[in-house]
Amino acid sequence: MKASRTILFSLMGLAVLAVAQQSDIFIQITRQERATIALPDFRGSGQAQDVMGAFNSTLFSELESSGLFRIVPKTMYPLQVPQQPDDFREPLPPPTPPARGAQPQPIRRGPWLTDWSQPPVSATYLAFGYAAAVEGRLVVRAWLFNVTQPNVANAQIFGKMYFGSLDEEGARQTARDFAADILQQFGFKSIIGSKIYFESERGGVRELWSMDPDGSNQKQLTFHKSLVMGAAISPDGSTLAYGLFAGNGWVIRLQSLLTGGRLPFFNAPGTLNWAPDFTPDGKQIVFASNTAREGNQEIYIAGIDGRGMQRLTFGGRTNTEPKVNPRTGNEIVFVSDRGGTPQIYRMNINGADVQRLTDGEGHAVNPAWHPNGQHIAFAWTKGFAPGNFNIFVMDVASREITQLTHGAGKNENPTWAPDGRHLAFSSTREGGVQIYTMLADGTQVRRLTSQGRNLRPVWK
Amino acid sequence: MRTLNIRNISIVLLGFTLFLAATGCKKKVAPPPPPPPPKEEAPPPPPPPAPSIAQFVAEPSTIQRGQSSTLRWSVSNATEITIDQGVGSVQAAGSRQVTPQNTTTYTLTAKGPGGSASRTATVTVTVPPPPPPPPPPPAKISFSERLAREVQDAYFDFDKSDIREDARVTLTRNADALKAILRDFPNDTVLIEGHCDERGSAEYNLGLGDRRAASAKDFLVQLGVPAERLRTISYGKERPQCTESNEECWQKNRRVHFSPAQ
Repeated sequence: MKASRTILFSLMGLAVLAVAQQSDIFIQITRQERATIALPDFRGSGQAQDVMGAFNSTLFSELESSGLFRIVPKTMYPLQVPQQPDDFREPLPPPTPPARGAQPQPIRRGPWLTDWSQPPVSATYLAFGYAAAVEGRLVVRAWLFNVTQPNVANAQIFGKMYFGSLDEEGARQTARDFAADILQQFGFKSIIGSKIYFESERGGVRELWSMDPDGSNQKQLTFHKSLVMGAAISPDGSTLAYGLFAGNGWVIRLQSLLTGGRLPFFNAPGTLNWAPDFTPDGKQIVFASNTAREGNQEIYIAGIDGRGMQRLTFGGRTNTEPKVNPRTGNEIVFVSDRGGTPQIYRMNINGADVQRLTDGEGHAVNPAWHPNGQHIAFAWTKGFAPGNFNIFVMDVASREITQLTHGAGKNENPTWAPDGRHLAFSSTREGGVQIYTMLADGTQVRRLTSQGRNLRPVWK
Repeated sequence: MRTLNIRNISIVLLGFTLFLAATGCKKKVAPPPPPPPPKEEAPPPPPPPAPSIAQFVAEPSTIQRGQSSTLRWSVSNATEITIDQGVGSVQAAGSRQVTPQNTTTYTLTAKGPGGSASRTATVTVTVPPPPPPPPPPPAKISFSERLAREVQDAYFDFDKSDIREDARVTLTRNADALKAILRDFPNDTVLIEGHCDERGSAEYNLGLGDRRAASAKDFLVQLGVPAERLRTISYGKERPQCTESNEECWQKNRRVHFSPAQ
């Protein structure tokens, strides 16, 4: 009895430890507690009112999906909702002397900051405003207030006008712009305006496409009618690099995202040149190549045009998926089979100081740097049958690991959003392989694609 | 025969008449002297027997066109024996080989003092089925057809690129076939495609397919296939033969395949 109780407590202790580890990493990644924000519905004058439903729902979902906020339920809001700063009326001081036995109460004259900062709302932030149709366009006036401040002047964080077309798309666009400005106030790069690049198989060929982080606005970028694999985007967002199956082998192609035109890249002789990634200064490309010997992939670094190749790896037969630390630019994580099965390693940008990061179990592949340059996400079969990958996150310095997906289909190719709080990945959890996003703690999983097979997202 | 009977009857009648004449005149006066006894004549010779055809057959009676049949006959009491259809006069007994082109009825006619007789024999000629056409001149089989017919895929273990025993046998056979094919097609090159099953990551499998293709190439080169005529390529797991998720299917996909290089 005593022994079993000891075991039980030990198990409980392990469970608590596991939970603690997970939240530690998440807090480390997210860096702060969630702020409480109130989001009363915006109203529109005239025709503008017709599209405010789209505006309000988009603003809500953008802020919610950021994972940054706790949004106070709208049922708790006061009846009098401000539409502009002028609507706030500071209550008059309580009359003197107060009625006998009563607490002195300020005299209300209209909406006030404390309506939002005190219970039941208890918000720190309030986003509010209104919209109007002006000369056939949608104009939104919006403000972000810190309602814990004593007066309106101090409370205002920013106020801004947004313009869009007088339809639902314009309403969603202005809502996304406002949400992006709010997120920026919290020091986070917004995913709004970012793109997810991905490979899509529609009609027997695989091409590169891009889409917005909510899965809308899907556009085809390449037209090779062949196979593409392993895309990377330059740090300034101007250049797309990828591997292309070109009949006699795999070659690296560079394409301008501004013009769509092809950019020069020298491919070394060999049947396998691919898996490109950019250094954070955008001046060099790392990639995998079998140019030294067939059946032997090594990692190289070269100029942006592929010239001046230098070999970085010497070991094993497959060294691939090099990813340069986006913050420091001085180290590379990559996949190597030098220990038997494919595992994740790190090395300095010059190839020195190679260390294995994963423990050798199963297959560990698809490393992707967090924008902070401290964490990687990757796919691992640890604990599952061969081929059944799940998404894990590792603190590279401490090797601390968190598992984000738990066996629902095969989950591969994680990529971090620019905000560092979201991940996109591909998963077979609903049948065919599709692209999903989730928060870095594994919650808020959303599917973005449905047409054809869609895989290997890269979020920039 | 009828002539024969009539003759016999007339002879009998003649005798009877003579008898009646001899007896009926006895009672007459002064009978005239008896006629001189009729001259003792030799009895009329028996009529000559009619010709008889004992046998007239064709053996065999059915032949294929181009074969021959033997006519056999045996005739008696004939002085002149002929067979038509160009055979002509023949002896009383004999045989003759004939090679009719079509079904032919031979008629044997036997004539003799006793008359004539005839009999027929038919040789049925069957037309043989048309012979098979001569084998066509050796067709020019394309390079890719030769590869597809004579060179087999070789298979691998999961996450492995070393040549296992069954692949060793296959590749050894392939080496002979490839040497012959490359000799016949001096300007062509063979592409060794490396393929993988779906379980490894696509990125890792691109390397694994490359390793498999390179292993197969090394093996073939050791057996004397010219290295410069072999190229390798990795498809990773991007072009599976079989798309189900079970070992049988995975095994089909862990292979090297041989195709013409572009």
